[in-house]
Parts: sequence; structure tokens; C-alpha cells
Amino acid sequence: MLNYLISGISLGSVYAIIALGYTMVYGIAKMLNFAHGDVIMVGGYAAFCASSYLGWPVPLCVLFSMMICTILGIVIEKLAYKPLRNATSLAVLITAIGVSYFLQNIALLIWTSNPKAFPNMADFVPPIKLGEITIPSVTVITVAASIVIMIALTLFTGMTKIGKAMRAVSEDKGAAQLMGINVNATISTTFAIGSGLAAIAGVLLCSAYPTLMPTTGSMPGIKAFTAAVLGGIGSIPGAMLGGILLGVLEKFAQAYISTQLSDAIVFAALIVVLLVKPTGLLGKKITEKV
Amino acid sequence: MGKKINFLGKTNKNSLMGLINFGIIIVFFAVVTILKGAGGLTNALEGQLIPICAYIIMALSLNLVVGISGELSLGHAGFMSVGAFTGVIVAGAMKYNGVNANLPRLIVAIVLGAILAAIAGILIGIPVLRLRGDYLAIVTLAFGEIIKNVLNCLYVGVDGAGLHFSVTDEAHMDMAAGGTTLVRGPMGAVGITKASSFAAGIVLILLVLFVIQNLVNSRTGRAIMAIRDNRIAAEASGINVTKYKMIAFVTSAAIAGSAGALYALNYSTIVPKKFDFNTSILVLVFVVLGGIGNMTGSIIAAAVLTILPELFRQFQDYRMLVYAIVLILVMIATNSEKIRALWKRFTGLFSSKKGGSVNE
Repeated sequence: MLNYLISGISLGSVYAIIALGYTMVYGIAKMLNFAHGDVIMVGGYAAFCASSYLGWPVPLCVLFSMMICTILGIVIEKLAYKPLRNATSLAVLITAIGVSYFLQNIALLIWTSNPKAFPNMADFVPPIKLGEITIPSVTVITVAASIVIMIALTLFTGMTKIGKAMRAVSEDKGAAQLMGINVNATISTTFAIGSGLAAIAGVLLCSAYPTLMPTTGSMPGIKAFTAAVLGGIGSIPGAMLGGILLGVLEKFAQAYISTQLSDAIVFAALIVVLLVKPTGLLGKKITEKV
Repeated sequence: MGKKINFLGKTNKNSLMGLINFGIIIVFFAVVTILKGAGGLTNALEGQLIPICAYIIMALSLNLVVGISGELSLGHAGFMSVGAFTGVIVAGAMKYNGVNANLPRLIVAIVLGAILAAIAGILIGIPVLRLRGDYLAIVTLAFGEIIKNVLNCLYVGVDGAGLHFSVTDEAHMDMAAGGTTLVRGPMGAVGITKASSFAAGIVLILLVLFVIQNLVNSRTGRAIMAIRDNRIAAEASGINVTKYKMIAFVTSAAIAGSAGALYALNYSTIVPKKFDFNTSILVLVFVVLGGIGNMTGSIIAAAVLTILPELFRQFQDYRMLVYAIVLILVMIATNSEKIRALWKRFTGLFSSKKGGSVNE
């Protein structure tokens, strides 16, 4: 029972970190960035290469992976999404899917479809023993990382100038521009932060589930997106809450109901929540003006 | 609804466009038949004919939701799979009971597949259509995944006493000796006797076109489009928003179900995983590249985009990469303001007024 709860929280924390990236990008650019899951995969491969081929120490690997993903995020935004700033949301969605296919197939060409055994990058922390239960080191690191990231992001969006600019742009792009905020630069920054987080999520995800393939990112990406919507898309604590709820629910469903039906149960939970609260658990209600 | 069926009667612009669509399909059929007779089709291409028909129908079906009703559905493959598995089970049961002729099996499979998909559409539509925009899209995605997961656990068999269902394993179906297993959980439907034919696919496309075009040109269709263009104004004009959205959604689900039955009865095995998120997206790409709300575009995009990867099979490793790049470039080229403005300057002198562009 407690074991399932712990592994659920661990998985949920990874979802939460990915969902934070989704939520920030959605909040500011109002787009469903379906390529986000594949950025996670690229982050995983970057860390894998740095560690297995170059033999770098863990902190360097993580930094390298974050750097690659941040650059990737900015480049994707500049090349693919920026020309579509004022296009319909469907056009942007299809472009994001195009980017997702692109990243998956590039990864397929470079690293082939054979799964790579990812080294556990979290074992520098000893596992914690509480009575009979052992909390694995990956879980400790994942939970700690997600909490630190959430607090840092909340402070960042609340206190810093760039953070305030982000909130302004997400509320009203036009008005923000009139106030002298560089909208394009702000959106780029958001993508950079979201992609950097994706790299961390990639390393943590692959440390916990050590098979790395070009399609590794897609299902966690969809789940994390579900988590972001569940918590109320656009809200940072909401992404965290949604992620952890989803992870725990998934693990419990796998343990007590059915392994095969666990995904169905997770998605059914999303539907139930949206029916009761159409903007998610912590989402803001937007009144519609005629 | 009470309006006279607009098939060949009035020659307004809409029915002319409709006739063009029928024409395209018939010409496509004629060309393929001639090529087939002359031996101009490779085996690989010939094997793609029925999937092309199924994907054209899927694209038309999704275009009804995305283009005419203005809602984004990311789980349309779910309805296709409901139709596919219903069709396989029905056709298998008929075969077991001694109906060996292909055509009756196919027709009953398609009809029942469409009915069950429509029921799924009603069940899903009730919660989904209460939501708006991106939330609606994510819930359709969730339903698509749920359907796939449930089908992954479904076991169906047939014996003298009728159909047997189980959600755990084959042994729990309590089949009498001599029964046949039709659906085997994650392994999918096995031992399907093929019943689909290219001609049947073409007839189904024509039928679907007929249904959609009459729906769009009817009072109901205008109400649906009014809701798409301005929900609040439509509601204020006394249009029952939920009812009309539901009509579009359920019709679309039924059409997708018929496509699924046609598709599944073309193979000897079919797995639930075939109808996942990627298939939904594939069909959405057909709709968007063909032009949202444009049925002719959907037909052409579905046919071309199904054939092209097949033609470039020798470049196996690179074709999906190129596909992705082309997808991105097309979206940027057709939607970027700069390129649009540039294009307008070239064509501005010649272009006439165009209607029917849809904003999400």
C-alpha cells in the first residue's frame, strides 16, 4: 500500500515537472505543445550520450542535457511557432505535431529504435529506509527536484521582472506590448524554461524507467498534458497537484484494478474532474463577454 | 430537415461542389479499375486501395466535426475502432453461422459498426460537448485512449449459443467446444475472413458524401455552422446548441464507425493499438492539409497522403522525416502572415472573393 503510494508520488513528480513545462507554454502562447514530450526524449538521449560516450559526471550530464533542450526549445519556437503567432490554434497544433514527428524520426535515424539502457543518475543519494519501507534514491531526488522547481518557478513568475512580463503576456498580449514588454522575447524565454525543465524530467524519467527509445517521451507527454489540464492548465500549483494525483492514481489502478486498464482509469478521472470543474482543479474561471 | 433532398435539383454553388466531389470519386474509381486491368498497379499499391477508401471516409467524418461543427476532436480513431471491432465480430459470427457470401457480411458489419459507433458517439458526446475549445480536445483524446484500452482487454468468442464476452481472458468466455475466438484482447481480432472490396469502399464513400452534403446544405447544417461561427449569437437566435452539436458529432461518429468496419474487414488480423492517438492525428492532418471545412480537399489529401508514403517505401528511413518537415512547412506557408501577404501581392489581381474560411 505505502509502496504504491511512494512509487505513485515518484511517477507523479515526473509528470508534474513535465506538466509545468506544458502549463507555462500554454499559459503564454495558448498552444498545445505536443512536441514537449519529444523534447523530454531528446533530453534523455543527450544525458545518455554525455554519460555513456563521454563519461562525464552526473551534474555535467544533467547540465549538458538542459543546455541542449533549452537551445532546442528556442530553435523550435523561432523556426516553427513564431511564424504562426497569429494563426488559428489548429494550425499551430498541427505544426507542433509535425515538430514531434520530426524529433522522433531524427532520434530514430541517429540512435535507431533499439532501446538504450539508461544509467541511474540519481544513485549519488542513498535510499532512505523508513522501518520496513525503502524509498529508492530516484524517488527521493525526483520528489525533491519537483518541489524545488515548483517553488523556484512560483518565485520566478511572482518576483522577477521577466516573470512578471510572462504573466502580463499570458493575460493580454496586446496590452503587454503597449506597456513596453518584448512579447517575442518573453515567449522565447518561456519555451527555454519549459524545455530546460523537460530535460530534467527526461533524466529523472529515464533513471526510474531505464529504457530509452525515440518514442519514450510521447506517452508521458500525453499523461503530463492530462495532468496539466486536470490541475487547471496555466496554473503552476495546479500542474504539480495534477501530476502527483495522476501518478498516484495510475500506480493504484495498476496495483488494485488492472494493469491494462490503468490508462483508461487515469483518463476517466480527467473526464470526471472536467465535468465537475470544467477548468480543472485549480484553474481560473474565465467569464465570456458577448 | 424537411427540405427536399438536394442531389441534382437546384444548381446552386454548394450542390455544384457536391457534384464535383462525386465526380472525383467516380473518376478515381475508373482510373484505378483501368490501371488494374492494364496491370499498372503494384501489389503494394493495390493493397492500399481499401485503406485509402477508409481514410477518405475518416477524413470526411472528421471534417464534419472540425470544419462544419468547429470542434477539435483528437480521438476520432476511437470511433473507427468501435466500428472495426463491431464489424469483425459481426462478420465472424455470421461466418460461423454459415453466411459465407462476402457482400451481406460486409453490409451488416458496416451498418452495425456505424450504429455502435453512433451509440459510442452519444455516450461520449454528452460529457464532451459540455466543454469548450482545448478542454474539449483533450477529453476526446482521453476517450480515444479509453476505447483503445478497453478493447485491449476484450475477449469475444462465438459458439452455437451465440456470442460470449469476457474482459479477463479467453477461458472466462465459457464457450462450448467447437466455438471460435473472434477477438483476443491485446492480440486483437484474429482469423478475419476478408470481406471488403474496393468497389464497396467507393460505394460507401459516395454514400457518406451524399449524407454529409445533404446534412451541410440542410437547415440542420446551417444551424450547426451558425453555432460554429458564433455560439452566443446562434443561441440567442433560438438554436439549441447542444442538440445540433450532438447531431454533427454522432453523425461523424457513425461515419467513422463504418470506415472502421470497412478497414478491418480488409485484413486478416487487426489490433486495438492500430487505432491510437497517432491514427487520430493522421486523419486530422488530412483534414487540415486538405482545408478545414473543404470536403474535396479532405478527399484529395487523404488519398494522396496515403499513397505517397507507399510510393517512397525505398526511402523508408527518411520518409517520415520528410513528411514531418513538409507538414511544418505547409502549415507555415499557408498560415504565416508574411507569406500570405506576399502571396496576396502576386495573386491579388486575379483572385476573386472566396468564402468559407473557418476560424477555430
